[in-house]
Amino acid sequence: MPGANGRGSPVVYTNARIVDPASGLDLEGALVTEGGLIRDFGPALFNDAPPFDCELVDCEGKILAPGLVDMRVQLREPGEEHKETIQTAAEAASAGGVTAMVCLPNTDPCIDDVAGVEYIARRAREVRATKVFCYAAATQGLEGKELAEMGLLAEMGALGFTDGPRALAEAQVMRRVLAYSRTFDALILQHPEEPSLAKGGAMNEGETSMRLGLPGIPAMAEVMMIERDLRLVELTGARLHLMHVSTADAIDAIRRAKAKGLRVTCDTAPPYFTLTEGDIGEYRTFCKISPPLRTERDREAVIAGLADGTIDAITSDHAPQDQETKRVPFAQAENGVVGLETLLPLALALHHKNRLPLVELLKKLTSAPAAILRLPLGRIAKGVPADLVLFDPDRPWIVDAKRFKSKSKNSPFDEMPVQGRVLRTVVAGRTLYEAQAA
Amino acid sequence: MPPAGARTYSAALMSSIIRPELAAASAPAVPFRHRHLLGIDGLSAADISEILDIAGQYVELNRRGGAKSSLLRGRTMVNLFFESSTRTRTSFELAGKRLGADVINMAADGSSVRKGETLLDTAITLNAMHVDVLVVRHPESGAVKLLSDKVNCVVMNGGDGQHEHPTQALLDALTIRRRKGRLEGLVVTICGDVLHSRVARSNIRLLTTMGARVRVVAPPTLLPAAIERLGVEAHTDMKKGLAGADIVMMLRLQNERMQGSYVPSTREYFRFFGLDYDKLDAAKPDALIMHPGPMNRGVEIDSEVADDFGRSVIQEQVEMGVAVRMACLDILTRALRSNAPALEVTN
Repeated sequence: MPGANGRGSPVVYTNARIVDPASGLDLEGALVTEGGLIRDFGPALFNDAPPFDCELVDCEGKILAPGLVDMRVQLREPGEEHKETIQTAAEAASAGGVTAMVCLPNTDPCIDDVAGVEYIARRAREVRATKVFCYAAATQGLEGKELAEMGLLAEMGALGFTDGPRALAEAQVMRRVLAYSRTFDALILQHPEEPSLAKGGAMNEGETSMRLGLPGIPAMAEVMMIERDLRLVELTGARLHLMHVSTADAIDAIRRAKAKGLRVTCDTAPPYFTLTEGDIGEYRTFCKISPPLRTERDREAVIAGLADGTIDAITSDHAPQDQETKRVPFAQAENGVVGLETLLPLALALHHKNRLPLVELLKKLTSAPAAILRLPLGRIAKGVPADLVLFDPDRPWIVDAKRFKSKSKNSPFDEMPVQGRVLRTVVAGRTLYEAQAA
Repeated sequence: MPPAGARTYSAALMSSIIRPELAAASAPAVPFRHRHLLGIDGLSAADISEILDIAGQYVELNRRGGAKSSLLRGRTMVNLFFESSTRTRTSFELAGKRLGADVINMAADGSSVRKGETLLDTAITLNAMHVDVLVVRHPESGAVKLLSDKVNCVVMNGGDGQHEHPTQALLDALTIRRRKGRLEGLVVTICGDVLHSRVARSNIRLLTTMGARVRVVAPPTLLPAAIERLGVEAHTDMKKGLAGADIVMMLRLQNERMQGSYVPSTREYFRFFGLDYDKLDAAKPDALIMHPGPMNRGVEIDSEVADDFGRSVIQEQVEMGVAVRMACLDILTRALRSNAPALEVTN
């Protein structure tokens, strides 16, 4: 296998445009990996004497960047292996340039004890591809009532605590989760949606839901939950990450909280800056996600939030669903979009449309989420793990869901023309994916 | 035989008419080009007028009695109802039978068939049975559209969730037009649970398309977000909403929504939003009172008002329902009946 290098012997990437968003570095040169680490890189490296006795990868001037760190995926293993497994998700991740990903604990059984965290770690070792981490439940059984064993779970490797796609709804429980998390300075991740306001809703509340006769989820459900949580962060001093924010008013609230110095971060996902509720058209269930697609004003606010730094990270929000849960009437359909294989090109659209500089954009896909997670990943430096993505930011292609490595094909982006193609994905020095020649 | 006095005829009726010049005169400028009837949304004023014109003829035909047609002889029509209904299902059944179709009723409101997977299985089954026309009622918005994508027959929406109930809006329009001679410029006030009402959504779409001025009246908990974007005026005061109205359309309020979740109680609702003579005084003296049925007497409408012989056209609506559904069946099966494949029919 070309470039696949299980022995850790040197691989040299020549003629690359090396971009490291963490340091702002953007140079043309070469990079060498050895023993799973980045050994050296620079403009003058191997200029005189091309190395021999090691593998050579000619990057042809394309971008060599840190592999993407995706801080929110749903892997469906254990429990729903017909939708996705860690193996298939890892293949999808590699095809999408993602070298590390963190899964939510909403599996079956859910990840609320050390055995669950161990299981994910073991499966990740067996698959031996993408680095797979997990969050653990913030409350036992994701029930929103009793605290999970945060300390023990963190020791076992849980990167943060969340009830996944369920909001930590009760204020008293949230207060205790945040307060208790300070013992370990653990990261709490919230799905910010007031469930009693969102209950029964199938899409964003507004003109489109009214026309389609679908029960709505008001933007207010997100805004008021975030404003409440920000107050609780102020009270407790905890570290809170708000997942996939989708509304203009919520982004404003986070912007103000950051200006105050609260330890708050947030992310969004491509659907929220690419699509609006209008894309639901005549009940396209592939556009049903949680939180729901919002209005054009909200979409613009998400892009503005990314541009001014209010939104720290972009995640794939990978949520595989099978045909049986999507080919049903809209209100009955499950939420979710598969995202690993479209994350990079959809994000790059912001660069192509001059909304975000390339380096800033890549930061939100690499070093920024790594910093929130306190992982030593997502950057190019001597001695760090050689997790890399080589991509052509300009190459046009058309999304073809049938060709996804992911087991599920629920993508509203199917048949969409996009720009930016992953050419090679490297984890710990090993090439896991190489694009077919165009 | 069609009545000699009717001014326009459907294409099928026309074949039995001796004076072909009438046919040419009544042919619509733009022929109806929709394969299914999924909603009022997407229909033009010309489409709606065409349906109402033809329905008007069927009213006369039905009134003469014994006017069973052979228009749909040998055709199979299936009423697939995922939600219980007596009046709509019977009306469709009668319409189909009067046109000579073989009508089969499939009640499917048991829990096992409500699952979406079964909905598509049902489509496959129906395809194998070579059904010609499918009438569907389903508790989920968009379910009829989903089914129409998968079956290869004509689909008529008999009501989907809170989305549309097009034949109800058409029969209401026919009732109004026959009584008032027009739709354009009339003030129509729709009162009650607009939030959950597919009847309201279809009626608003139809009436605004035809140039009527539509108002809705309901407590804010029963008004959908952004309803004014459909071109209506929203009121929470019944008398203001009814001021000068030509038509008062009442909506049914379901029992489970009256026990504190949307309104505090039946008696409070009736006091402020129930139609009685006192509130009706605000409307024009010759205002018509309509209700899609079944009525909750003493909840959204006073019994006396409902039975007001001079003003209530609730019985007439039922009669118009059969005629409108006959007209829709007639128009939608034209392509099926003609030898040449018609526009937009691919199979």
